[in-house]
Amino acid sequence: MAQLFTKDTQAIFWNNNASAIQRMLDYDFVIGRKTPSVAAIVAPTADSKFQKFFWGGDEIMINLYKTTAEAKKDYPNADVLLNFGSFRTAYDVTMDALNMGGFNTIMITAEGIPERLARKMNAVAREKNVTVIGPATVGAIAPGAFKIANIGGTIENIINSKLHRAGSCGLVTRSGGLFNELSNIIAINADGIAEGVAIGGDRFVGSVFIDNLLRMQDNPEVKYMLLLGEVGGTEEYKVIDAVKSSRITKPIIAWCIGTIAKHYSSGVQFGHAGASANAERETADAKNKAMAEVGIYVPESFNDLPNKIAEVYGKLKADGVISEIPEPAMNTVLKVRRSKQFICTISDDRGDEATYAGFPISSVATPDTGKGIGDVISLLWFKKQYPKWATQFIETVIKTVADHGPAVSGAHNAKVTARAGKSVVESLVTGLLTIGPRFGGAIDGAAEHFKYANDNNLSPAEFLNHMKKEGIPIPGIGHRIKSLRNPDLRVVGLKKFAAEHFPATPLLDYALTVEQLTTSKKDNLILNVDGTIGILMVDMWRALGYSETEIDEFISSGTLNAFFIAGRTIGFIGHVLDEKRLAMPMYRHPMDDILYQVDMAEEI
Amino acid sequence: MAQKAIREYDAKSILAKHWDKYFPDFTYAYETVLVENGAQLKEEAKTKIWLASKALVAKPDMLFGKRGKNGLVLFKDAKPGDVTLEKAASWIDEKASEKQNVYFSFEGDTPQGEAKSDFLTQFIVEPFTPHAQEEEYYISATCVGDDDVLYMSAEGGMEVEENWDKVIEVAFPITATEEEIATKITANIPKDVAEKDKAAFAQFAIGFFKAYRELNFAYLEINPFVMQGNKIELLDMVAKLDDTAGFMMANQWGDIEYPTSFGMEEKSPEVLDIEAADAKSGASLKLTILKPEARIWTMVAGGGASVVYADTIADLAGIDDLANYGEYSGGPTTGETQFYAETILDLMTRSKDSEGRDKVLIIGGAIANFTDVAKTFTGIIYAFEKYAQKMKDVGIKIYVRRGGPNYEKGLKDIKEAADRLGLWIDVYGPETHVTDIVRMAVEA
Repeated sequence: MAQLFTKDTQAIFWNNNASAIQRMLDYDFVIGRKTPSVAAIVAPTADSKFQKFFWGGDEIMINLYKTTAEAKKDYPNADVLLNFGSFRTAYDVTMDALNMGGFNTIMITAEGIPERLARKMNAVAREKNVTVIGPATVGAIAPGAFKIANIGGTIENIINSKLHRAGSCGLVTRSGGLFNELSNIIAINADGIAEGVAIGGDRFVGSVFIDNLLRMQDNPEVKYMLLLGEVGGTEEYKVIDAVKSSRITKPIIAWCIGTIAKHYSSGVQFGHAGASANAERETADAKNKAMAEVGIYVPESFNDLPNKIAEVYGKLKADGVISEIPEPAMNTVLKVRRSKQFICTISDDRGDEATYAGFPISSVATPDTGKGIGDVISLLWFKKQYPKWATQFIETVIKTVADHGPAVSGAHNAKVTARAGKSVVESLVTGLLTIGPRFGGAIDGAAEHFKYANDNNLSPAEFLNHMKKEGIPIPGIGHRIKSLRNPDLRVVGLKKFAAEHFPATPLLDYALTVEQLTTSKKDNLILNVDGTIGILMVDMWRALGYSETEIDEFISSGTLNAFFIAGRTIGFIGHVLDEKRLAMPMYRHPMDDILYQVDMAEEI
Repeated sequence: MAQKAIREYDAKSILAKHWDKYFPDFTYAYETVLVENGAQLKEEAKTKIWLASKALVAKPDMLFGKRGKNGLVLFKDAKPGDVTLEKAASWIDEKASEKQNVYFSFEGDTPQGEAKSDFLTQFIVEPFTPHAQEEEYYISATCVGDDDVLYMSAEGGMEVEENWDKVIEVAFPITATEEEIATKITANIPKDVAEKDKAAFAQFAIGFFKAYRELNFAYLEINPFVMQGNKIELLDMVAKLDDTAGFMMANQWGDIEYPTSFGMEEKSPEVLDIEAADAKSGASLKLTILKPEARIWTMVAGGGASVVYADTIADLAGIDDLANYGEYSGGPTTGETQFYAETILDLMTRSKDSEGRDKVLIIGGAIANFTDVAKTFTGIIYAFEKYAQKMKDVGIKIYVRRGGPNYEKGLKDIKEAADRLGLWIDVYGPETHVTDIVRMAVEA
């Protein structure tokens, strides 16, 4: 791969370093990227599921994950990992990603990773053909395409240093602090950089000078290279060899900093951990001299570097190797931005026509669309287009739970309130407020407990024992009058639908083995309608590919109850309207139906 | 930086602590003490009876080698192996009483280069181990390039360097498995090792290399070790640890000290203060004083930039004009920058230039990635306010060059503050080449 990054490159950012991520997104917006360069964030200790960032003047949300694996599962195309873990965790994060696969480039920012661990992770990455940038680096940039974290600094500096669009120079430095400086020098004296990498200051870094220069040699956008080396190590000699063997043919300008080190005996550490000469050939002077000898452009001093760049650039331009680079249009980022108070991810009324999860209302509303209320629920509740069998199941549930006569407590409350002269909405909510753990709650409870038992491979007997210990009757089991011999036809219908249309019903199958055991104790301990609905919902979500964690979250957030609320609202409204039509008077409960036992309060 | 030398005593203590894990088939008595003077040695003898009952060897334990050739190993009074506790104690006191000259390199027995002179403050004392020359071996391991290299020789002792051609080198990639390592070591035992000892030598070398890897040594050398059957004596050891692994090696290493090398100037209180501040901060603060009476002082942001400023000063003004080397980076707080600036201003205002010239303060830096320039300059301005009078008394010209987040404000603020305080200042931004202020200062 000749190019490190393209305009489509996306990264997973390990650690929620919000300011660095925001700088990446500002850069993306300025250069007109279509997608944010950060696809997902791994934040192992975060409680929230997303973080808001500005995208120009607007805001977008980037998902947070607990692990790299989860992020990678949702964003398989994000092939860059930006590892901002500390020196304690960076190794594990890198090894985890290497073992997982699917990453082309891993950037590691931590400084001071134990040397042995750094060497191991670099070796494994090399084996797997993964480019490691760092450790101890500010990163890399492909101007006009992708920028890592803070490299390049502020947007103003990025534009001043022409880092917003590709130039002609391939830049490789050890130092991250001098990277911007060199970009600036190259912008002033030439036409900017095509690709730049700060390889990192630790003694053991992943990709070294030669790795990056070889890639740049093969990248047609790069016309010449600038290498800023440092006293210590022998990596520059690999570059010298590549020039000698003509593996590298593009012009290279190079300078090793740290020429001062020769004046001091050991003990003075100049610069990075990697910067210490152990032998004459590792000194900056020796390396500068050796590079000049093979025809690499070496300036007189660092102060003379700008002239050398102007000279080489001028020559390449005169020779026609480099032509004028057109300046692309840029977006501007507002200085003052306001964070939004509310977030909406399900519908949008800003366009011509309001949409449900991206679908204009008209495209799901009328009968000719073939869409029903189940489709609308799948869009607005789950932001997904469920298949027909699932939307039909949802509709079946809504219809099944719509009403259960006037005597149940919710309906009774709604009726009493209506008779007190209250409005439809007041009467309705009185009924709805009754819904909870005892009324309607069996759906939630059945899903939760049966799933728990099934997940933990409890046999029906163990499950019964477990519930007995917990001291709760099994939700979804038992009916006042119905029994195996006199089955509840609603349950029969649901089971029949599931058998015909569900790809599989593992939890229902399990629940029926439990029912066999309970009915053997007492005839009416059958799987009732609430239980059947809760259990089949779990089976539906499993068949739709939701993870067990996501299903558990549906259950704990009360999604199952929501089906009951939606359905029963229809019935409650019916009862309220019924009362209005009948013009029934105010209700007062008969006193003979109340057991009075009121003792005189004692003085204490 | 990452690789730090430790005392011989500590190196032996670490191996002894893990002896049974790495060398289960060998024994090591671990009879060794570290003392500062004769009285301490006698105190140790109260609990360590071998000190009184065995003949002793004493030598300084201060990170330098060639102690034998420097005449700093006590192993005989009248004849080898007759050093008593009393003798060792008096010898230590004698050697500690005045500065000793130490040479670091020898041609044969002739010292080369200049000696360093300093007090000896740490001595290691061990039993004298009578042994035959052929029982002495050499072994060491370190990292060369990308590989770990194990060096083994049947010729241990002081002559190993002269006999370096007899040393076997075996290189291992970092990913080598224990089986691969064991096989390769076994196949490469120096041929001079007696046939009957080859298996034992291999076993010891495998354990040694495993300890080197697992205990995060950066360098580990035993020269010589004595092998008598399954009994091992570690006569001399040199070791460096990778101190970045310290956070996961706390238990394995125990309480480790990283001493300064013999003859190195003791760090000044200012340097120690900066080191203490650096250790507490998430940012990086570094200071080395090179020549406190020199004329040009630097206060440079960033590790790479600090090097190019030092290079350029050496090139354009000469090394004798450079007073210090150091850097602040990684987004230091205003308070941290103020402390750093005050430390430098304090040092540079202690005396006037001997030739009566103005001193030069280079406040330099590249274009920052994320450090807020105005914020760090606020700290420097506070330091100016505190030291303005002293700075004027000494005569200081300040040259500033910086870029990065908020640099315009930073430059404006520092210029205004200097003008208000009556200090001479010139400020430049990213349009000026990073080290060009050095040229301006030198040519002025």
